[in-house]
Amino acid sequence: MTAVLDIDDLNIRFSTPEGTVNAVNGLSLSVSAGESVGIVGESGSGKSQVFLSTMGLLAKNGRAKGSTRFHGEELLGLKADRLNAIRGVRMAMIFQDPMTSLNPYLRISRQMTEVLMEHKGLSRAEARSRSIRMLERVGIPEAAKRVDMYPHEFSGGMRQRVMIAMALLCEPDLIIADEPTTALDVTIQAQILDLLSELRGDTNSAVVLITHDLGVVAGLCDRVVVMYAGRVVETGLVRDIFYSPRHPYTVGLLESIPRLEGDGEGGAEHPRLKAIDGQPPNLQSEIAGCAFAPRCPRVEERCQQERPDLIGLDNGHACACHKVGPT
Amino acid sequence: MFSYTFRRLLVAIPTMFVIVTVAFFMIRMAPGGPFDLERALPPEIEKNVLRAYNLDQPLWKQYVDYVGGVVQGDFGPSYKYRDFTVAELIGSGFPASFQLGFTAIVIALVFGVGFGSFAALRQNSGLDHAVMAVSMTGIAIPNFVMAPLLTLVFGVYLSLLPVAGWGDGALINKILPITALALPQLAYIARLTRGSMVETLNANFVRTARAKGLRERIVIVRHTLKGAMLPVVSYLGPATAQILTGSVVIETIFDIPGIGRYFVQGALNRDYTLVLGVMITLATLIIVLNLIVDLVYGLLDPKVRYD
Ligand SMILES: Nc1ncnc2c1ncn2[C@@H]1O[C@H](COP(=O)(O)OP(=O)(O)OP(=O)(O)O)[C@@H](O)[C@H]1O
Ligand code: SF4
Ligand SMILES: [Mg+2]
Repeated sequence: MTAVLDIDDLNIRFSTPEGTVNAVNGLSLSVSAGESVGIVGESGSGKSQVFLSTMGLLAKNGRAKGSTRFHGEELLGLKADRLNAIRGVRMAMIFQDPMTSLNPYLRISRQMTEVLMEHKGLSRAEARSRSIRMLERVGIPEAAKRVDMYPHEFSGGMRQRVMIAMALLCEPDLIIADEPTTALDVTIQAQILDLLSELRGDTNSAVVLITHDLGVVAGLCDRVVVMYAGRVVETGLVRDIFYSPRHPYTVGLLESIPRLEGDGEGGAEHPRLKAIDGQPPNLQSEIAGCAFAPRCPRVEERCQQERPDLIGLDNGHACACHKVGPT
Repeated sequence: MFSYTFRRLLVAIPTMFVIVTVAFFMIRMAPGGPFDLERALPPEIEKNVLRAYNLDQPLWKQYVDYVGGVVQGDFGPSYKYRDFTVAELIGSGFPASFQLGFTAIVIALVFGVGFGSFAALRQNSGLDHAVMAVSMTGIAIPNFVMAPLLTLVFGVYLSLLPVAGWGDGALINKILPITALALPQLAYIARLTRGSMVETLNANFVRTARAKGLRERIVIVRHTLKGAMLPVVSYLGPATAQILTGSVVIETIFDIPGIGRYFVQGALNRDYTLVLGVMITLATLIIVLNLIVDLVYGLLDPKVRYD
């Protein structure tokens, strides 16, 4: 399989008045054609910044070092017009908050047709009819009429459908969805996830799904990358991560998924939620040993001094922990 | 939108009524009267004059008559410019005042938005800091200080421009008064524009526009400017009001035959009807211009509904 996206030793630093924030540290990962990869980790672990840098959308105070290749072409430091020939066309991003991610002052039609007119050179009429078809495909009723509405005339779920339709317009090879359902209520979340998995069935796009919800990953992804403090701590097939998690942080995350006790049969519905104790580390200082050490139940002496490398286990399963070795 | 406009105008009626009433009694409280000269008139003649202008009637009666006239569009005669009605005087002052005020607001808008956007797009550059520092000064200096300063520099020391006068509306006579009138507004609009541009540039939807691979020019012009202009449009209401009141000061300093100068002269001469007439005209303009600003805002922001 060829890699659509290949990130190698990526470091992202933000300079702030309080000092440098080491948001992403020596991160490597790759996404193959048609594959769906879940990126999970707590808030602040650097998930969004990795892919914002891919899209050339880092905040002004942020710098990315290392390498990020799209179909072999280096994206970091790419000139704006070349980058604009890739983003929105061959890779697209769906953002977390559909309420603020659409332009409130422009009609949906304008926001969609401009993509096709810019990148595909379509006439306004062609672009418009293709936009309407795309809206129908993501399940917007009366698309021909609603295409001329403004974002505030849509509900949150419908807006996220519009965002998805917009991302799909140019049939990209890679779709990056950054917590596409977090801002929506639960029933709508399920609908959007269904839509994403349905679309995945009939396009060949690779999908990166960023989330802090392992449950979402289970339904939608082939592979999982678990991040902590800007590093990959464990990665592998969904099956392996769920049934044989090795890293203490992954184990903790899995335990924090709400489950229903007493499986049906009149069993009281007690979601059992066990959060991981403690806070993620401050990213302003370099961390010498394992970043998870202060919260780790299995911490030992050398975890404080020596940083664990990501060690391959089997099946592409890899883990960065001193207590976990190849078996 | 028509019913909205209609309702706004309807609401303006009681506002105008309050303005007229307060102004009417306030000017009467000022000591002296329109026919007080250095040497007192013989009592016989004074009585005749007062009768001729109905000033011998009880105050409440004068008030009722005045309001009755205003409702029919009659502002009465001027007490000082004996051969003219107030309406004629306002009509004769209007062209100069309009040219001054309109040009000032257009200049303030064009350059304010221009400089502000420029600063925002080059945030924290030397140019940004320079624009912001200059505009802070512009805001801090009131126009009755700005006007003499400008006169001193360009009129007296450099002798480039006339110190005062209208010269039948020659361009060279307008430069200083328009500048004095426009500068504080220009400065404020520049700061306002910069602030809201910076904020809009950081908005999620602008990030979306970039993620779509749109050219930077489209990202700025189509996706950023419109949203960033809304606070500026809102400010145009207060800005026009400030320009209108500012022109009273400026016209007096530069001796320009506009409405504002009539207002000041009228106040000094206790020319009651002239003062009231100018006030009603200014108040009406402010109300109408604010309504227009709100309607324009509604055109720009699709979330605003008029019904
Ligand atoms: N412009 C910035 N300046 C300084 N620090 C930043 C900036 N943007 C992000 N960060 C920091 O980088 C770190 C990683 O942020 P990121 O947005 O990638 O987290 P995330 O994993 O996506 O979290 P979430 O689940 O909350 O979206 C955070 O600690 C954040 O505070
Ligand atoms: S390296 Fe040590 S501290 Fe880090 S996860 Fe493994 S056991 Fe815990
Ligand atoms: Mg994020």
